[in-house]
Amino acid sequence: MNLRVSAVRHPVRTIALYMSVAAALSVQSAAARADELVVSAAASLTNAFRAIATAFEKVHPNTKVVLNFGASDTLLQQIVNGAPADVFASADEKAMDNAVTAKAVLPGSRRNFAMNSLVMIVPADSHLTVQSLRAALAQPEVKHVALGNPAWVPAGRYAKAALQHEGAWSIVEPKAVLASNVRESLDYVARGEADAGFVFGTDAAIMPKAVKIAATVPTQTPVLYPIALVQGSAHAADAGAFTEFVLSRSGQAILAKYGFQPPQH
Amino acid sequence: MQDAWIPLALSLKVAGWATVLDIVFGVAVALALARWRSSARDIVDALLTLPLVMPPTVLGYYLLVLLGRRGPIGAWLDTLGIRLVFTWEGAVIAAMIAAFPLVLKSARSAFESVDPQLEQAARTLGMGETALFFRVTLPLAVRGIVAGALLAFARALGEFGATLMIAGNLPGRTQTLSIAVYSAVQAGDDHTANFLVLVTSVVSVVVLLVAGRLLPQHSLLTSR
Repeated sequence: MNLRVSAVRHPVRTIALYMSVAAALSVQSAAARADELVVSAAASLTNAFRAIATAFEKVHPNTKVVLNFGASDTLLQQIVNGAPADVFASADEKAMDNAVTAKAVLPGSRRNFAMNSLVMIVPADSHLTVQSLRAALAQPEVKHVALGNPAWVPAGRYAKAALQHEGAWSIVEPKAVLASNVRESLDYVARGEADAGFVFGTDAAIMPKAVKIAATVPTQTPVLYPIALVQGSAHAADAGAFTEFVLSRSGQAILAKYGFQPPQH
Repeated sequence: MQDAWIPLALSLKVAGWATVLDIVFGVAVALALARWRSSARDIVDALLTLPLVMPPTVLGYYLLVLLGRRGPIGAWLDTLGIRLVFTWEGAVIAAMIAAFPLVLKSARSAFESVDPQLEQAARTLGMGETALFFRVTLPLAVRGIVAGALLAFARALGEFGATLMIAGNLPGRTQTLSIAVYSAVQAGDDHTANFLVLVTSVVSVVVLLVAGRLLPQHSLLTSR
């Protein structure tokens, strides 16, 4: 009753009100219509997966890709504890093995999609000479060595295993600055706070002015990146399409652009 | 499990040093602000209170950029052979700055609530300004200062973001209790995480109980 009276008295105001309500509702329904696909990906995939997400959204305009980057085990902990992720891409097979054991991902959907290398980096202005890892890291001017925490960062796990194999872990351990993810170790070396560090080859390539590669480190196991669908995902079809896209020719071309190699089967 | 005592001892050491430094600087600045009659006073106060409202990561980034080896202050310290990044002293700086506003705010309001007539009376009786401060003003304001210091200690004990950024996560050297909890959770080591969380909770409750015992009338810390 009152509404009708006021509508008669203030027709312009009422129309404006209806229009703004309609506009608000249409914005909301548009947001609800576009499917949000949450992709939890290893920190080393940051740049490549941003580009892949943009390319994927062009092909699938109704899907919005939400990227969540972090150390692989951090992402796994989030998924195990109920984070609404749909796709999980890790930087080593161990994190994915743990995901399978924890029933966090669908084992049948697991595929390797990229390969990487492990490198030892130093600040760009460093004069450190590297004949052998042991000798270089034992030098007294190397006070801090940045590497991902082997307890939850794949790059750190590869580095620790490689250093143990070289008999250099006991030299590095007291100098180790344990980073929360691989990009943090890159940042510590780029700022010159750490005198050396271990990251993936693709990470070092992001900051060519701040860091230089002192040595390519042979790893005990190949640096393989597995991807899988998260168990109980509400967007299983979109998630499947996304992993297919990563493995497709266009996805692989983007990964190659950022320095990743195709996985060896 | 004995591993928990190393981060605990480090946390207490870092928070203790941070609190002592906060008391010294906080009381001096609070007194200056309480006495200073200028419109710039509120701006200085606001700037010094920033760490209370700024995200710890922003504070940590400022510290890393300023105190890092290539930062303006860090480069100068480096020539003196002092490194703050990745050291427990760096963690003290982070905790000290994060907790500073708590001492400043409490001490300033404590100084401002001291009755100027009491100070005036002391002056008429021939007391010098230094003696006046230590024998009249400070004793009248001490309750507020102690309350602020205890809050600062609790805040310093819980510092995480800025500490992680400047001091890093070096087990046994810069891995404080809060960073040890973070590490255990990230690694999926629930057993250690549970124990560390329990230790942290007990320590926090003890700090608050001690605070309540020392300051039975203080509204910030107790309901009475």
